[in-house]
Amino acid sequence: MSSATLPSLQDALALGLTHAEYELICEKHGGPPNRLELAMYSLLWSEHCAYKHSKKLLRTLPTEGPTVVMGPGENAGVVDVGGGLVCAFKVESHNHPSAVEPFQGAATGVGGILRDIFALGARPIAVLNSLRFGEPSSERSRYLLDHAVSGIGHYGNSIGVPTVGGEVYFEGPYEQNCLVNAMALGLCAREQIVRSAASGVGNLVVLFGARTGRDGIGGASVLASAEFGEADEDKRPTVQVGDPFEESKLLECSLELVAAGLLVCLQDLGAAGLTSSAAEMASKGGVGLDLHVDRVPLREADMEPFEVMVSESQERMLCVVEPKNVPMVLELCEKWEVNASAIGQVTDSGRIRVFQAERLIGDMPVVALVDECPLYDLEPAKPQRQLYAPSRPTLERGASLARTLLALIGSPNLASRRPLFEQYDSIVQSRTVARPGQADAAVLKLADGGALAVSIDGNGRRVAADPYWGTVAVVLECAANLACVGAQPLGATNNLNFGNPEKPHIAWQLTEAVRGLGDACRALQTPIVGGNVSLYNEAAQGGPIYPTPVIGMVGRMPDASRACGLGFRREGDAIALAGEFKPSLAASELAKLLGEELPDGLPEIEIDLVAVSLLAVREAVRSGELSSAHDIAEGGLAVALSECCLAGGVGARVTVPAAEPLSALFGEAAGGFVLSGPADVLERLGTSTNLRVIGEVGGQTLQIEHSDGLLECSLEQMMQASGSLGELFP
Amino acid sequence: MKFGVLQFPGSCDEVDALQAARHVGDAELIWYGDKDLKGADAIIVPGGFSYGDYLRAGAIARFSPAMESVVAFANGGGLVLGICNGFQVLCEAHLLPGALLPNANRRFTSRQVQLEVIRADSRFTCACAGGQRLSIPAKHSWGRYYASEQTLDEMERAGQLVLRYAPGENFNGSLRDIAGVCNEAGNVFGLMPHPEHAVDELTGSTDGLAIFESMRLALKDSRV
Repeated sequence: MSSATLPSLQDALALGLTHAEYELICEKHGGPPNRLELAMYSLLWSEHCAYKHSKKLLRTLPTEGPTVVMGPGENAGVVDVGGGLVCAFKVESHNHPSAVEPFQGAATGVGGILRDIFALGARPIAVLNSLRFGEPSSERSRYLLDHAVSGIGHYGNSIGVPTVGGEVYFEGPYEQNCLVNAMALGLCAREQIVRSAASGVGNLVVLFGARTGRDGIGGASVLASAEFGEADEDKRPTVQVGDPFEESKLLECSLELVAAGLLVCLQDLGAAGLTSSAAEMASKGGVGLDLHVDRVPLREADMEPFEVMVSESQERMLCVVEPKNVPMVLELCEKWEVNASAIGQVTDSGRIRVFQAERLIGDMPVVALVDECPLYDLEPAKPQRQLYAPSRPTLERGASLARTLLALIGSPNLASRRPLFEQYDSIVQSRTVARPGQADAAVLKLADGGALAVSIDGNGRRVAADPYWGTVAVVLECAANLACVGAQPLGATNNLNFGNPEKPHIAWQLTEAVRGLGDACRALQTPIVGGNVSLYNEAAQGGPIYPTPVIGMVGRMPDASRACGLGFRREGDAIALAGEFKPSLAASELAKLLGEELPDGLPEIEIDLVAVSLLAVREAVRSGELSSAHDIAEGGLAVALSECCLAGGVGARVTVPAAEPLSALFGEAAGGFVLSGPADVLERLGTSTNLRVIGEVGGQTLQIEHSDGLLECSLEQMMQASGSLGELFP
Repeated sequence: MKFGVLQFPGSCDEVDALQAARHVGDAELIWYGDKDLKGADAIIVPGGFSYGDYLRAGAIARFSPAMESVVAFANGGGLVLGICNGFQVLCEAHLLPGALLPNANRRFTSRQVQLEVIRADSRFTCACAGGQRLSIPAKHSWGRYYASEQTLDEMERAGQLVLRYAPGENFNGSLRDIAGVCNEAGNVFGLMPHPEHAVDELTGSTDGLAIFESMRLALKDSRV
């Protein structure tokens, strides 16, 4: 063993460990660890790898169901989609790297989530993203947005996986701490799934893909597991650099290796690099691994062993191979011009042992590395007063209803996302039935004539107003999007973006949100098969982000050709307001434009009733008789109607229920839908859910008769208003 | 008939092209390292980012062994279709005149575009009517067609300008709204929009089939 001076407690603290954690490591390790070992412990015991503040909560989520093939704990969740096929999917955050370097941060976020999918042997078929920035009036937010969108496009477009959907919101609390969450899904034959558990003593460990460099050293502990300080520029070297061409080769090479049956197990290298991949592989298989750092292909010759072990260089995979198959594995890697090197061996020691030039330089029990990091109880406490300041008003009280509608349509959170999604290839792989902006969920056709539908949603402001009901609403919104294209949820994934969980008010947000997430998913019988947690999203100045649970949901429908778009299609069609819709202006987009304080709590939602309307809408869409379906979300009924008009290029005349016009037109709630189709079809649907016909498609204006008069906007006016984001991408 | 679809490291749309070609004939992938074109009657150089396009779009792919065979195949009169990155590769290989420059808006842009058939008598558009409109998606960041004014005049006279963007559709700033051109002999054709992504009503349109169908008809006629 190395006789160099052992690191001190101070070194451990600098690596993000607490005093108690360091002492526990010494105990489990059987003495103080050396520098290499301490680096590895500090990463695996970081929040990012060990989920030490969230694991207990996550255990309360529903993760089982008839569709589940693989739940949380593997590289991604897997659900059965029928016909011998499974779908692997997961959402993951790359928030902190993106706040430091948005282009590479976002690009490598996409690269990382794609590797999670093909590590299972599944071919990635789509990516989506969920983004949060400060108000676009800030130069920094515009810079982050522009570069993050370019980065996502750069990676996804170049690797040939379509970006089929996503969402973006602009709110002050994300000014210093933007969110970049990426979701990917992949398809594979059920029997072809590869797991990540190492096995077979004597089998070889092969590292393949890009060479290992100094990029991203300490990313998991430094960037992802602490609040942001003043000197973020100094952290730029901890951001990795992505190479989609390398990943494209790696993807094809990995899938060919899997198809040829040459791998015992496969795992991608993500946060904490080789350290995390090797330790998790060993832990899952209950084996040990001997690793030789001098056999790792390096980008820079003079790297220290700890640098090799913790580097977060992108586009690398680790696999276990039987000795007889190694030559074939190396040959296939050569075909794809991918570096590959046998760097170690599976042992029965139960330890990760690191060698340099045959000299043992690190020796740790796998259990201590992976399983013995303490899990903390949160100490939640509801804050005494609202944590978040109201937004600056951008609309005067008492503005006309038409002006209010146009202000909403043109506001950054509701304006057309076209300037963003036009920068993404949404059609490669020839599965995309509903392109971004055409339907509430992306629809990806399958060979059997059916399709998968996928949606990603979140609404931090409403969760900030009420973490429990706000989160329930996010889940219902996601399910509503699937219902509008006729899909039944198969499973969900979640990304919990929150502030510092060691603070009681953040712990309260997190606890309540997870409770809402669990309750809503249970009510919809939708298991959560995987996810990610991103904590410490706070800046020294500016406080915590809005609590932002992001939900991705994948569903299945029998007939791709019957998926409804959101746009009105036919003059003369009847328009119906369907579902359990009880609009309220609390924490709505309109309240934001008016500069109102966030309320303390949102109205309760009758989840079971909403579930009934989701089912009714889904079945109606599947019948193929509706012309369009769109759920009512931010901006309420009037904004939903305008979106149906703009997507279809046709106007509408409706009369809204007698009520106070502002909340009837712009109030928000879960469970409402705007449907169009033949009047008799809609009336028939009224027998299975709350429904009333409110008007008819036609003309070149949207006319809404309300209890106080008539609101009228032309298609032209609405189109101009909704194009406001174009200015952000000159 | 049989199409051969080249596959480079970094190709993205090769399987889409393969499936599209199968609407009108057989089709098979050809690995970039192979010189054997597997008896294909026509070659498709597909879209994507061959070799990452890190040097210049298409600049490295043209030196691959398969491209050597494709150049010989084209010089012998074989039908070669280059789509997007494939169009860039064919320009780099000097099988087609001109070059593709970064889009005028300097961004990757993905959009359904309307094209007009300028020449309905080419071997790649003979299933279309003159002036016919085709709705086909385009998605690229280097799609601005450029050649010298003199070259463009000569191409126009020789009937090499085959497809153009309809008024208001030219988002990349191509000179003379050019979307697709052929060589002087008329057997090599490149276009930036993606006909292979317009072969199914469910995913947008079927207008792209006309390009593949035209190639089939042209081959059939040449054999009579």
